[in-house]
Amino acid sequence: MATLYDKIWDAHVVGQRDDGLSLLYIDRHLIHEVTSPQAFEGLRLARRVPWRLDANLATPDHNIPTRNRALGMAGIEDSIAKEQVVTLDDNCRAFDIQQFELLDVRQGIVHVIGPEQGAVLPGMTVVCGDSHTSTHGALGTLAHGIGTSEVEHVLATQCLVQQKSRNMLVDITSFLNEGVYAKDIILALIRKVGTAGATGHTIEYAGEAIRSLSMEGRMTICNMSIEAGARAGLVAVDETTLSYVEGRPFSPQGALWDAACRKWRDLKSDEDAVYDTEVTLDAAALSPQVSWGTNPQLVVSVDEAIPDPASFDDEATAETAERALKYMDLRPGDSLMDVPLDKVFIGSCTNARIEDLRAAALVAKGRKVSSHLDAALVVPGSGLVKQQAESEGLDEIFIDAGFEWRAPGCSMCLAMNDDRLMPKERCASTSNRNFEGRQGHLGRTHLVSPATAAASAIAGHIADVREFLQ
Amino acid sequence: MSVNPLQFVRHSGIVAPLDKANVDTDQIIPKQFLKSIKRTGFGDNLFDAWRFEDEGTIGKPLSSRQPVSDFVLNDPRYVNASILLARENFACGSSREHAVWALLQYGFRCVIAPSFADIFYNNSFNNGLLPVQLSHEHVEVLFARATQQQPIELSVDLEEQTVTAGSDLGYRFEIEHVRKNRMLKGLDEIGLTLEHTADIEAFEARHRKANPWLFSGGNV
Repeated sequence: MATLYDKIWDAHVVGQRDDGLSLLYIDRHLIHEVTSPQAFEGLRLARRVPWRLDANLATPDHNIPTRNRALGMAGIEDSIAKEQVVTLDDNCRAFDIQQFELLDVRQGIVHVIGPEQGAVLPGMTVVCGDSHTSTHGALGTLAHGIGTSEVEHVLATQCLVQQKSRNMLVDITSFLNEGVYAKDIILALIRKVGTAGATGHTIEYAGEAIRSLSMEGRMTICNMSIEAGARAGLVAVDETTLSYVEGRPFSPQGALWDAACRKWRDLKSDEDAVYDTEVTLDAAALSPQVSWGTNPQLVVSVDEAIPDPASFDDEATAETAERALKYMDLRPGDSLMDVPLDKVFIGSCTNARIEDLRAAALVAKGRKVSSHLDAALVVPGSGLVKQQAESEGLDEIFIDAGFEWRAPGCSMCLAMNDDRLMPKERCASTSNRNFEGRQGHLGRTHLVSPATAAASAIAGHIADVREFLQ
Repeated sequence: MSVNPLQFVRHSGIVAPLDKANVDTDQIIPKQFLKSIKRTGFGDNLFDAWRFEDEGTIGKPLSSRQPVSDFVLNDPRYVNASILLARENFACGSSREHAVWALLQYGFRCVIAPSFADIFYNNSFNNGLLPVQLSHEHVEVLFARATQQQPIELSVDLEEQTVTAGSDLGYRFEIEHVRKNRMLKGLDEIGLTLEHTADIEAFEARHRKANPWLFSGGNV
C-alpha cells in the first residue's frame, strides 16, 4: 500500500542520521550559474571535494543573453552576469564536472536539458538549486528544488538531509478540450488549492488527463508544483515515459535498458495506496486559464471576469488579491480580453519544449503579431529544441508572424538578462511566476499556455485561443 | 571569542511588522542581485522594490536611493528591528538562499509568521536565521502590539521555545527537536552527514549493483 513517492523515498534512504533526520541518496544533481558559486566556494573553504563527479551535470541558463549567442562569452555585455557564467566554467573545470557550456548545442534551461539528455531517468532522486526542479517528477523521479547550502551538501556528500513529506493525490479526470493544455490544468489546480495548498506534500498527478498527456505536458504540470507549495510533484511511469526516455544520450542501452524497464514499470503507486490529501479536477470542464494577479493562485478562465477580492473566503487571500489588483492596474469585473498587452513571452522551463513551440506555431501560422505590441519573444528551452524547431520550420512561422526567435535560456521568465518588461508594461507569458517585478521592475505578468500566448500576441490583448483553432 | 553564525540560542530585539501575506522570495531579494558570486552584500537590497522608489542595481549606494516612505522598514520606529513579523506562507516561490542571506545581513535574526514555505524554512536553518511559527491568533496579537506608537521588543528563546514581551506576553512555539538542537549548537550540516560516510558508501555500492544504469551517465 505504498505510494510512488514512498517507493522512491524508501529506495534512497541511506539511513537515519544521529539526530533522527533521514539521509536521502541523490542520483542526479543539476547545476547552473546562479545558485552554485557560493556552494563551490564553501567546498573550497572546507577543503572538501565532490562525492561523485558523474552524478553532476551543469549548464548556464539563468542570466545569459538570448541574442548574439554566436559571440559566446563576449556576447554577455553585463560584466557581473558574465563573471557568474565564467565562474561556472571555472568551477566545472576545477572540479571536473561535466558542463554543457554556452556554445554547446546541448546547452539550455537546466530543466529542459536534463530529460532531453536522458540525464534524468525514472526512479531517480534529482536535485538542483532551483525550485522548478519539480519538473523532473514527470519522469517518475523524486525531484526537489534546494537552496545553495544544500547544493554544497549534495556536492560533498551525495545526500540530502530530509524529512519525509506527506502524500497528496491530484486526480485529473476526463480529457482536455481543444485549445486547453497542460498549463491550463496546473493553473486551475493552483487556483483551487492555493499557493500554500500543497506545502509539506509531495504531489502525485494521476487520472485520465495525465495519462493522455505527452511527457512535455506532464513536465509543465510537475514544474509548477512548487507554485502550489509542494517541493516535488510526480507522475507514475507508463509507456509514454519509457518511449520518451529510450535512445537518449545518457539513457541505458541494450540489456541494461531492458533491465531498467523491468524495474521502471513498477514505478507506480499500489492500488490501495493511502494519501494524506486528495484533490480532484475535471479536465473537460476547463477553459483556457489566465492569471490576473501577482501570484499563481489568482487565476480566471479566459472568459471570466476578474473577481472581487471580497469574494475570497480567507483574509490573507483577500488582502493579497486587493494588493494584486492595485499592482496590476485592474478592477473587479474587468475582462482580461479588454486589456492591451505590451509584450508576449513564449519560453521558460515550464513551456519551452518542442511541443510548446508547435502549439504556439500552429496558432501563429499565417497570422501577424499585433502592431500594438512592443515585442513578442520565442525562446526555445535548449539548443536541441531550437534545432528541432528549425528543422520543422517553426522558426520561419514565428519570424514571418513578427515574433523574435532567440537563443535558449531562462530569459524573460525571471529577467536576469536583458529580456525584461519596463515599468508598467503588461505581458502574456508562458512562464511560471507572476510575482511583482518578476519579469522586470514594476512589470505586469499574465501566465498563460503557449497557444494562448501566441493568440494574445496576434490579438494584442489576452485572447481566447479556441477562436483561433476553428 | 568568535561568534558562530549558525548558532541561535536566544535573541531580543525590536519587531518590524510586515503586514502582507504570501510574500515571495522575489520580493525579499529581487533577481538583479542574484548575479553576485558572493555570499555577502545582500542586506542593502532586502525588499528592494518595496523599500525604494527607484529601481535597484548591484552596487548602487544606499545614500543615492529614494526610500518608499510608508514601507515598514523605512519607518523610524523600526530602523533597528532584528525580528521580522510576517503573515501566512512567508517566503514562497524561488529557492534562492539569497533571501535568507539578505534578511540576516540586513540585521534580522528571526522571522515570526503563521506559516512558511518549505524551501525557505530549510534554508533558514542552514544559515542561523530562526523561523518561528506561531498561531494566527498569536501573530495577530503581535501585529496589534508591534504597530503601536512605541515599537515592541520581543525575546525569542530557542532553548525554552518561547516568545516573550515583558511580563505580560508569552507564547510557546513548536519546532522539530532535531532542528532545534542543531541550531542551539550551531552544527555544520555537512560535517554531521560526513560522520556517516561508511553508511553512504555502503548504500552507494548496493544501489549501484541494483541500478547500474544510474551510474553509467556522464561524460557522454
